[in-house]
Amino acid sequence: MNQKIYDVLIIGAGPAGLSAALYAGRSRLSALIIEKEKDGGQIVITAEIDNYPGSLPHESGPSLVARMVEQTKRFGAEKVFDTVVEAHLKDDIKRLVGKKGEYLGRTVIVATGAHPRPIGCPGEADLIGKGVSYCATCDGDFFQDLEIFVVGGGDTAVEEAVYLTKFGRKVTIIHRRDELRAVKSIQEKAFANPKIRFMWDSVVTALEGDGVLEAMTVKNVKTGEETVIRADEEDGTFGVFGFVGLIPESSLFTDLLTMRNGYLITDDNMHTNIPGVFAAGDIREKSLRQVITAAADGAIAAMEANTYIEGTCLVNEPAASAEKERVHS
Amino acid sequence: MIDLTKETFEAEVLQATGPVFVDFYSDGCEPCKALEPFVKEMHAQYGDKMTFAGLNTTKARRLAISQKVLGLPVMAIYKNGEKVEELVKEDCTHENIQAMIKRHL
Repeated sequence: MNQKIYDVLIIGAGPAGLSAALYAGRSRLSALIIEKEKDGGQIVITAEIDNYPGSLPHESGPSLVARMVEQTKRFGAEKVFDTVVEAHLKDDIKRLVGKKGEYLGRTVIVATGAHPRPIGCPGEADLIGKGVSYCATCDGDFFQDLEIFVVGGGDTAVEEAVYLTKFGRKVTIIHRRDELRAVKSIQEKAFANPKIRFMWDSVVTALEGDGVLEAMTVKNVKTGEETVIRADEEDGTFGVFGFVGLIPESSLFTDLLTMRNGYLITDDNMHTNIPGVFAAGDIREKSLRQVITAAADGAIAAMEANTYIEGTCLVNEPAASAEKERVHS
Repeated sequence: MIDLTKETFEAEVLQATGPVFVDFYSDGCEPCKALEPFVKEMHAQYGDKMTFAGLNTTKARRLAISQKVLGLPVMAIYKNGEKVEELVKEDCTHENIQAMIKRHL
Protein backbone atom coordinates (compact mmCIF):
# COMPACT_ATOMS: atom_id res chain seq x y z
CA MET A 1 0.00 0.00 0.00
CA ASN A 2 1.29 3.42 -0.90
CA GLN A 3 1.26 5.60 2.18
CA LYS A 4 0.29 9.22 1.67
CA ILE A 5 3.22 11.62 1.70
CA TYR A 6 2.13 14.95 3.13
CA ASP A 7 3.79 18.19 2.14
CA VAL A 8 3.91 19.24 5.78
CA LEU A 9 3.72 17.26 9.00
CA ILE A 10 2.98 19.54 11.94
CA ILE A 11 3.63 18.22 15.44
CA GLY A 12 1.39 20.01 17.93
CA ALA A 13 -1.98 21.78 17.64
CA GLY A 14 -1.28 24.88 19.69
CA PRO A 15 -1.35 28.39 18.16
CA ALA A 16 1.94 27.76 16.32
CA GLY A 17 0.83 24.45 14.80
CA LEU A 18 -2.64 25.74 13.94
CA SER A 19 -1.24 28.87 12.25
CA ALA A 20 1.21 26.73 10.30
CA ALA A 21 -1.70 24.53 9.18
CA LEU A 22 -3.69 27.58 8.15
CA TYR A 23 -0.88 29.02 6.05
CA ALA A 24 0.01 25.62 4.61
CA GLY A 25 -3.61 25.04 3.66
CA ARG A 26 -3.89 28.41 1.97
CA SER A 27 -0.74 27.60 -0.03
CA ARG A 28 -2.48 24.38 -1.12
CA LEU A 29 0.05 22.22 0.66
CA SER A 30 -1.28 19.00 2.11
CA ALA A 31 -0.84 19.24 5.86
CA LEU A 32 -1.31 16.81 8.72
CA ILE A 33 -1.38 18.01 12.32
CA ILE A 34 -0.33 15.37 14.83
CA GLU A 35 -1.56 16.26 18.31
CA LYS A 36 -0.99 14.10 21.36
CA GLU A 37 -3.84 15.20 23.57
CA LYS A 38 -5.99 18.25 22.91
CA ASP A 39 -6.19 21.22 20.57
CA GLY A 40 -4.75 24.50 21.69
CA GLY A 41 -1.82 23.51 23.86
CA GLN A 42 -1.23 25.70 26.86
CA ILE A 43 -3.80 28.34 25.99
CA VAL A 44 -6.71 26.00 26.66
CA ILE A 45 -5.75 26.16 30.32
CA THR A 46 -5.52 29.96 30.18
CA ALA A 47 -8.42 31.89 31.66
CA GLU A 48 -8.11 35.10 29.68
CA ILE A 49 -6.27 36.08 26.50
CA ASP A 50 -6.35 39.86 26.41
CA ASN A 51 -3.13 40.41 24.51
CA TYR A 52 -3.86 38.77 21.16
CA PRO A 53 -4.96 41.31 18.54
CA GLY A 54 -8.64 40.88 17.82
CA SER A 55 -9.37 38.96 21.02
CA LEU A 56 -12.90 39.54 22.23
CA PRO A 57 -13.16 41.26 25.63
CA HIS A 58 -12.36 38.64 28.30
CA GLU A 59 -11.74 36.09 25.58
CA SER A 60 -10.93 32.74 27.15
CA GLY A 61 -8.17 30.46 25.87
CA PRO A 62 -10.62 27.72 24.86
CA SER A 63 -12.86 30.09 22.88
CA LEU A 64 -9.91 31.52 20.95
CA VAL A 65 -8.62 28.02 20.23
CA ALA A 66 -12.03 26.88 19.02
CA ARG A 67 -12.05 29.64 16.39
CA MET A 68 -8.47 28.83 15.35
CA VAL A 69 -9.30 25.14 14.94
CA GLU A 70 -12.39 25.96 12.90
CA GLN A 71 -10.34 28.24 10.65
CA THR A 72 -7.62 25.66 9.97
CA LYS A 73 -10.28 23.08 9.13
CA ARG A 74 -11.75 25.44 6.57
CA PHE A 75 -8.46 25.41 4.70
CA GLY A 76 -8.20 21.67 4.59
CA ALA A 77 -5.64 20.61 7.18
CA GLU A 78 -6.05 17.05 8.40
CA LYS A 79 -5.52 16.09 12.01
CA VAL A 80 -4.74 12.94 13.91
CA PHE A 81 -4.51 12.38 17.66
CA ASP A 82 -1.30 10.49 18.28
CA THR A 83 1.91 10.82 20.27
CA VAL A 84 5.06 10.91 18.17
CA VAL A 85 7.67 8.62 19.70
CA GLU A 86 10.30 8.53 16.95
CA ALA A 87 11.43 11.15 14.45
CA HIS A 88 13.46 10.30 11.34
CA LEU A 89 14.19 13.69 9.83
CA LYS A 90 17.37 13.48 7.82
CA ASP A 91 16.09 11.96 4.57
CA ASP A 92 14.15 13.86 1.91
CA ILE A 93 10.99 12.11 3.02
CA LYS A 94 10.69 12.59 6.78
CA ARG A 95 9.12 9.81 8.83
CA LEU A 96 7.41 10.25 12.19
CA VAL A 97 6.46 7.19 14.19
CA GLY A 98 3.53 7.57 16.54
CA LYS A 99 1.97 5.18 19.01
CA LYS A 100 -0.88 4.58 16.56
CA GLY A 101 0.75 4.92 13.14
CA GLU A 102 3.50 6.25 10.91
CA TYR A 103 3.43 9.51 9.03
CA LEU A 104 5.46 10.62 6.01
CA GLY A 105 6.11 14.18 4.96
CA ARG A 106 8.38 16.29 2.79
CA THR A 107 8.77 18.78 5.61
CA VAL A 108 8.19 18.78 9.36
CA ILE A 109 7.18 21.71 11.54
CA VAL A 110 7.94 21.08 15.18
CA ALA A 111 5.38 22.98 17.27
CA THR A 112 5.44 20.77 20.34
CA GLY A 113 5.44 23.67 22.79
CA ALA A 114 6.17 23.41 26.46
CA HIS A 115 4.51 22.35 29.69
CA PRO A 116 4.49 24.00 33.12
CA ARG A 117 7.62 23.63 35.21
CA PRO A 118 7.04 22.12 38.67
CA ILE A 119 7.67 24.39 41.67
CA GLY A 120 10.46 22.01 42.58
CA CYS A 121 10.17 21.05 46.24
CA PRO A 122 9.68 17.87 48.27
CA GLY A 123 6.09 16.65 48.51
CA GLU A 124 4.95 18.43 45.36
CA ALA A 125 4.59 15.42 43.05
CA ASP A 126 2.38 13.48 45.48
CA LEU A 127 0.02 16.41 45.97
CA ILE A 128 -0.70 17.29 42.33
CA GLY A 129 -4.48 17.39 42.04
CA LYS A 130 -4.66 17.28 45.85
CA GLY A 131 -4.10 20.98 46.39
CA VAL A 132 -1.16 21.55 44.04
CA SER A 133 -2.07 22.67 40.53
CA TYR A 134 -0.68 24.35 37.43
CA CYS A 135 -4.09 25.07 35.89
CA ALA A 136 -6.28 27.77 37.39
CA THR A 137 -9.19 27.23 34.98
CA CYS A 138 -9.20 23.49 35.71
CA ASP A 139 -8.92 23.56 39.47
CA GLY A 140 -9.73 27.07 40.70
CA ASP A 141 -13.29 26.32 41.72
CA PHE A 142 -12.27 23.63 44.21
CA PHE A 143 -10.84 26.45 46.31
CA GLN A 144 -14.02 28.49 46.58
CA ASP A 145 -13.70 30.50 49.83
CA LEU A 146 -10.42 28.78 50.71
CA GLU A 147 -6.92 30.24 50.81
CA ILE A 148 -4.92 30.17 47.58
CA PHE A 149 -1.21 30.69 47.01
CA VAL A 150 0.30 31.41 43.61
CA VAL A 151 4.01 30.78 43.08
CA GLY A 152 5.76 32.97 40.51
CA GLY A 153 5.99 36.60 39.45
CA GLY A 154 5.71 36.62 35.67
CA ASP A 155 2.74 37.46 33.44
CA THR A 156 1.10 34.06 33.79
CA ALA A 157 1.47 33.91 37.57
CA VAL A 158 0.04 37.36 38.17
CA GLU A 159 -2.78 37.04 35.59
CA GLU A 160 -3.85 33.70 37.00
CA ALA A 161 -3.64 35.07 40.56
CA VAL A 162 -6.11 37.78 39.57
CA TYR A 163 -8.37 35.12 38.00
CA LEU A 164 -8.17 32.98 41.15
CA THR A 165 -9.55 35.82 43.28
CA LYS A 166 -12.92 34.79 41.78
CA PHE A 167 -12.68 31.71 43.98
CA GLY A 168 -10.28 32.09 46.91
CA ARG A 169 -11.08 34.28 49.91
CA LYS A 170 -7.47 35.45 49.70
CA VAL A 171 -4.79 34.91 47.07
CA THR A 172 -1.15 35.27 48.08
CA ILE A 173 1.55 35.61 45.43
CA ILE A 174 4.82 34.02 46.55
CA HIS A 175 7.69 35.44 44.53
CA ARG A 176 11.41 34.89 44.90
CA ARG A 177 12.28 38.50 44.11
CA ASP A 178 11.14 41.79 45.63
CA GLU A 179 9.32 42.94 42.51
CA LEU A 180 7.13 41.33 39.88
CA ARG A 181 8.37 40.51 36.41
CA ALA A 182 4.88 40.74 34.88
CA VAL A 183 4.09 43.64 32.52
CA LYS A 184 2.85 46.82 34.18
CA SER A 185 -0.81 46.54 33.13
CA ILE A 186 -1.06 43.11 34.74
CA GLN A 187 0.78 44.29 37.86
CA GLU A 188 -1.67 47.18 38.20
CA LYS A 189 -4.61 44.75 38.16
CA ALA A 190 -2.98 42.71 40.91
CA PHE A 191 -2.04 45.68 43.11
CA ALA A 192 -5.57 47.07 42.79
CA ASN A 193 -7.19 43.80 43.84
CA PRO A 194 -8.03 43.79 47.57
CA LYS A 195 -7.93 39.99 47.74
CA ILE A 196 -4.29 39.76 46.58
CA ARG A 197 -1.38 39.74 49.06
CA PHE A 198 2.33 39.25 48.44
CA MET A 199 5.12 37.27 50.03
CA TRP A 200 8.28 38.82 48.55
CA ASP A 201 11.75 37.24 48.40
CA SER A 202 10.19 33.89 49.16
CA VAL A 203 10.37 30.35 47.81
CA VAL A 204 8.36 27.23 48.67
CA THR A 205 10.65 24.60 50.19
CA ALA A 206 8.19 21.87 51.20
CA LEU A 207 4.60 20.77 50.66
CA GLU A 208 2.95 18.27 52.98
CA GLY A 209 -0.36 16.55 53.49
CA ASP A 210 -2.00 13.21 54.01
CA GLY A 211 -4.16 12.77 50.91
CA VAL A 212 -4.67 16.51 50.51
CA LEU A 213 -2.36 19.50 50.87
CA GLU A 214 -2.24 20.57 54.54
CA ALA A 215 0.99 22.48 55.07
CA MET A 216 3.61 24.44 53.16
CA THR A 217 7.03 25.71 54.17
CA VAL A 218 8.09 29.05 52.72
CA LYS A 219 11.63 30.35 53.03
CA ASN A 220 12.66 33.97 52.84
CA VAL A 221 15.68 33.98 50.55
CA LYS A 222 17.13 37.15 52.09
CA THR A 223 16.84 36.30 55.78
CA GLY A 224 16.81 32.50 55.51
CA GLU A 225 13.80 32.45 57.81
CA GLU A 226 11.32 29.62 57.27
CA THR A 227 7.58 29.93 57.83
CA VAL A 228 5.18 26.99 57.96
CA ILE A 229 1.72 27.75 56.62
CA ARG A 230 -0.95 25.29 57.75
CA ALA A 231 -4.46 24.83 56.44
CA ASP A 232 -7.12 26.46 58.54
CA GLU A 233 -8.77 23.72 60.61
CA GLU A 234 -12.20 24.56 59.23
CA ASP A 235 -10.89 24.51 55.63
CA GLY A 236 -8.81 21.34 55.88
CA THR A 237 -6.77 22.32 52.84
CA PHE A 238 -5.65 25.19 50.62
CA GLY A 239 -4.49 25.63 47.05
CA VAL A 240 -0.99 26.15 45.68
CA PHE A 241 -0.79 27.09 41.99
CA GLY A 242 2.64 27.02 40.39
CA PHE A 243 3.50 29.29 37.44
CA VAL A 244 7.28 29.29 37.56
CA GLY A 245 8.08 28.82 33.91
CA LEU A 246 8.09 26.14 31.26
CA ILE A 247 9.81 22.95 30.22
CA PRO A 248 10.14 22.57 26.43
CA GLU A 249 8.79 19.37 24.86
CA SER A 250 11.95 18.62 22.92
CA SER A 251 13.27 15.31 24.29
CA LEU A 252 12.25 13.56 21.05
CA PHE A 253 14.84 15.62 19.18
CA THR A 254 17.87 15.17 21.43
CA ASP A 255 21.04 14.68 19.33
CA LEU A 256 18.98 15.44 16.20
CA LEU A 257 18.09 19.12 16.35
CA THR A 258 20.30 21.82 17.82
CA MET A 259 18.98 23.15 21.11
CA ARG A 260 19.92 25.29 24.06
CA ASN A 261 18.43 24.53 27.47
CA GLY A 262 15.99 22.26 25.69
CA TYR A 263 14.70 24.96 23.32
CA LEU A 264 15.25 24.44 19.58
CA ILE A 265 17.52 26.92 17.87
CA THR A 266 16.32 28.26 14.51
CA ASP A 267 17.22 31.12 12.25
CA ASP A 268 14.82 34.05 11.74
CA ASN A 269 12.88 31.95 9.23
CA MET A 270 12.29 29.02 11.60
CA HIS A 271 14.82 26.71 9.93
CA THR A 272 16.41 24.20 12.27
CA ASN A 273 19.78 22.60 11.55
CA ILE A 274 18.10 19.97 9.31
CA PRO A 275 16.86 21.11 5.86
CA GLY A 276 13.08 20.81 5.60
CA VAL A 277 12.62 20.75 9.38
CA PHE A 278 11.24 23.89 11.00
CA ALA A 279 10.33 24.86 14.55
CA ALA A 280 7.60 27.25 15.67
CA GLY A 281 6.14 28.56 18.91
CA ASP A 282 7.19 28.01 22.50
CA ILE A 283 9.57 25.19 21.57
CA ARG A 284 11.91 27.74 19.94
CA GLU A 285 14.58 29.63 21.75
CA LYS A 286 13.28 33.20 21.73
CA SER A 287 12.60 36.16 23.94
CA LEU A 288 8.80 36.26 24.06
CA ARG A 289 6.57 33.18 24.34
CA GLN A 290 3.03 34.33 23.62
CA VAL A 291 0.12 33.32 21.37
CA ILE A 292 1.00 36.11 18.97
CA THR A 293 4.64 35.08 18.57
CA ALA A 294 3.63 31.43 18.25
CA ALA A 295 1.15 32.30 15.50
CA ALA A 296 3.77 34.38 13.68
CA ASP A 297 6.31 31.55 13.89
CA GLY A 298 3.77 29.08 12.51
CA ALA A 299 2.96 31.29 9.54
CA ILE A 300 6.63 31.81 8.68
CA ALA A 301 7.44 28.12 9.10
CA ALA A 302 4.64 27.11 6.71
CA MET A 303 5.71 29.60 4.06
CA GLU A 304 9.32 28.46 4.39
CA ALA A 305 8.16 24.85 4.07
CA ASN A 306 6.40 25.88 0.86
CA THR A 307 9.57 27.50 -0.48
CA TYR A 308 11.61 24.45 0.50
CA ILE A 309 9.21 22.08 -1.29
CA GLU A 310 9.19 24.22 -4.43
CA GLY A 311 12.97 24.42 -4.37
CA THR A 312 13.78 20.78 -3.71
CA CYS A 313 11.03 18.31 -4.35
CA LEU A 314 9.59 19.79 -7.52
CA VAL A 315 12.85 20.68 -9.18
CA ASN A 316 15.04 17.82 -8.06
CA GLU A 317 12.58 14.98 -7.80
CA PRO A 318 10.21 14.61 -10.71
CA ALA A 319 8.71 11.49 -9.15
CA ALA A 320 7.88 13.35 -5.97
CA SER A 321 6.36 16.16 -7.96
CA ALA A 322 4.05 13.75 -9.76
CA GLU A 323 3.01 12.37 -6.40
CA LYS A 324 2.38 15.90 -5.17
CA GLU A 325 0.14 16.67 -8.12
CA ARG A 326 -1.84 13.53 -7.43
CA VAL A 327 -2.31 14.36 -3.78
CA HIS A 328 -3.64 17.76 -4.69
CA SER A 329 -6.03 16.71 -7.40
CA MET B 1 -23.03 6.46 31.45
CA ILE B 2 -24.58 7.48 34.74
CA ASP B 3 -24.69 11.22 35.33
CA LEU B 4 -23.88 11.46 39.04
CA THR B 5 -24.93 14.24 41.42
CA LYS B 6 -24.05 14.89 45.02
CA GLU B 7 -27.37 13.30 45.94
CA THR B 8 -26.83 10.07 43.97
CA PHE B 9 -23.07 9.51 44.45
CA GLU B 10 -23.52 7.49 47.66
CA ALA B 11 -26.07 5.06 46.18
CA GLU B 12 -24.64 4.79 42.66
CA VAL B 13 -20.95 4.59 43.54
CA LEU B 14 -20.31 3.83 47.21
CA GLN B 15 -23.19 1.34 47.65
CA ALA B 16 -22.84 -0.22 44.22
CA THR B 17 -22.09 -3.87 43.64
CA GLY B 18 -19.21 -4.42 41.28
CA PRO B 19 -16.59 -1.92 40.10
CA VAL B 20 -17.60 1.63 39.19
CA PHE B 21 -15.52 3.88 36.93
CA VAL B 22 -15.96 7.56 37.84
CA ASP B 23 -14.90 10.39 35.51
CA PHE B 24 -14.52 13.56 37.64
CA TYR B 25 -14.83 16.62 35.40
CA SER B 26 -16.01 20.24 35.52
CA ASP B 27 -17.42 22.96 33.29
CA GLY B 28 -14.10 24.79 33.06
CA CYS B 29 -11.79 21.81 32.56
CA GLU B 30 -10.74 21.59 28.92
CA PRO B 31 -8.46 18.55 29.39
CA CYS B 32 -11.54 16.77 30.81
CA LYS B 33 -13.58 17.65 27.73
CA ALA B 34 -10.80 16.33 25.50
CA LEU B 35 -10.96 12.97 27.32
CA GLU B 36 -14.74 12.63 27.12
CA PRO B 37 -14.92 10.83 23.75
CA PHE B 38 -12.34 8.31 24.92
CA VAL B 39 -14.23 7.64 28.15
CA LYS B 40 -17.36 7.02 26.06
CA GLU B 41 -15.35 4.61 23.93
CA MET B 42 -14.25 2.78 27.07
CA HIS B 43 -17.87 2.65 28.22
CA ALA B 44 -18.89 1.09 24.91
CA GLN B 45 -16.12 -1.45 25.19
CA TYR B 46 -16.27 -2.40 28.88
CA GLY B 47 -19.72 -1.16 29.94
CA ASP B 48 -21.05 -4.71 30.30
CA LYS B 49 -18.42 -5.55 32.92
CA MET B 50 -18.10 -2.26 34.80
CA THR B 51 -20.44 0.60 35.64
CA PHE B 52 -19.40 3.92 34.07
CA ALA B 53 -20.34 7.22 35.69
CA GLY B 54 -19.35 10.89 35.57
CA LEU B 55 -19.46 13.59 38.23
CA ASN B 56 -19.49 17.29 37.36
CA THR B 57 -17.55 18.67 40.30
CA THR B 58 -18.67 22.24 39.58
CA LYS B 59 -21.95 21.29 41.21
CA ALA B 60 -20.46 18.95 43.82
CA ARG B 61 -17.34 20.64 45.11
CA ARG B 62 -17.57 19.45 48.72
CA LEU B 63 -18.26 15.89 47.63
CA ALA B 64 -15.22 16.00 45.33
CA ILE B 65 -12.98 17.29 48.12
CA SER B 66 -14.31 14.55 50.44
CA GLN B 67 -13.13 12.10 47.77
CA LYS B 68 -9.73 13.87 47.83
CA VAL B 69 -10.31 15.25 44.35
CA LEU B 70 -8.95 18.82 44.20
CA GLY B 71 -7.63 18.81 40.69
CA LEU B 72 -8.90 17.63 37.32
CA PRO B 73 -9.13 15.47 35.36
CA VAL B 74 -9.43 12.47 37.68
CA MET B 75 -10.39 9.01 36.48
CA ALA B 76 -11.10 6.68 39.40
CA ILE B 77 -12.34 3.19 40.09
CA TYR B 78 -14.45 2.39 43.15
CA LYS B 79 -15.08 -1.04 44.63
CA ASN B 80 -17.08 -1.82 47.76
CA GLY B 81 -17.46 1.82 48.70
CA GLU B 82 -13.80 2.70 48.34
CA LYS B 83 -11.66 4.33 45.72
CA VAL B 84 -9.23 1.56 44.80
CA GLU B 85 -7.27 3.33 42.07
CA GLU B 86 -7.17 6.73 40.42
CA LEU B 87 -5.37 8.63 37.69
CA VAL B 88 -4.83 12.34 38.22
CA LYS B 89 -4.17 15.04 35.61
CA GLU B 90 -1.20 14.23 33.35
CA ASP B 91 -1.48 10.55 34.24
CA CYS B 92 -4.90 10.45 32.53
CA THR B 93 -3.57 9.22 29.20
CA HIS B 94 -5.60 6.90 26.99
CA GLU B 95 -3.18 4.02 27.64
CA ASN B 96 -3.24 4.51 31.41
CA ILE B 97 -7.02 4.74 31.57
CA GLN B 98 -7.55 1.57 29.57
CA ALA B 99 -4.91 -0.31 31.58
CA MET B 100 -6.52 0.76 34.86
CA ILE B 101 -9.96 -0.39 33.69
CA LYS B 102 -8.56 -3.78 32.63
CA ARG B 103 -6.97 -4.27 36.06
CA HIS B 104 -10.37 -4.01 37.75
CA LEU B 105 -12.71 -5.89 35.41
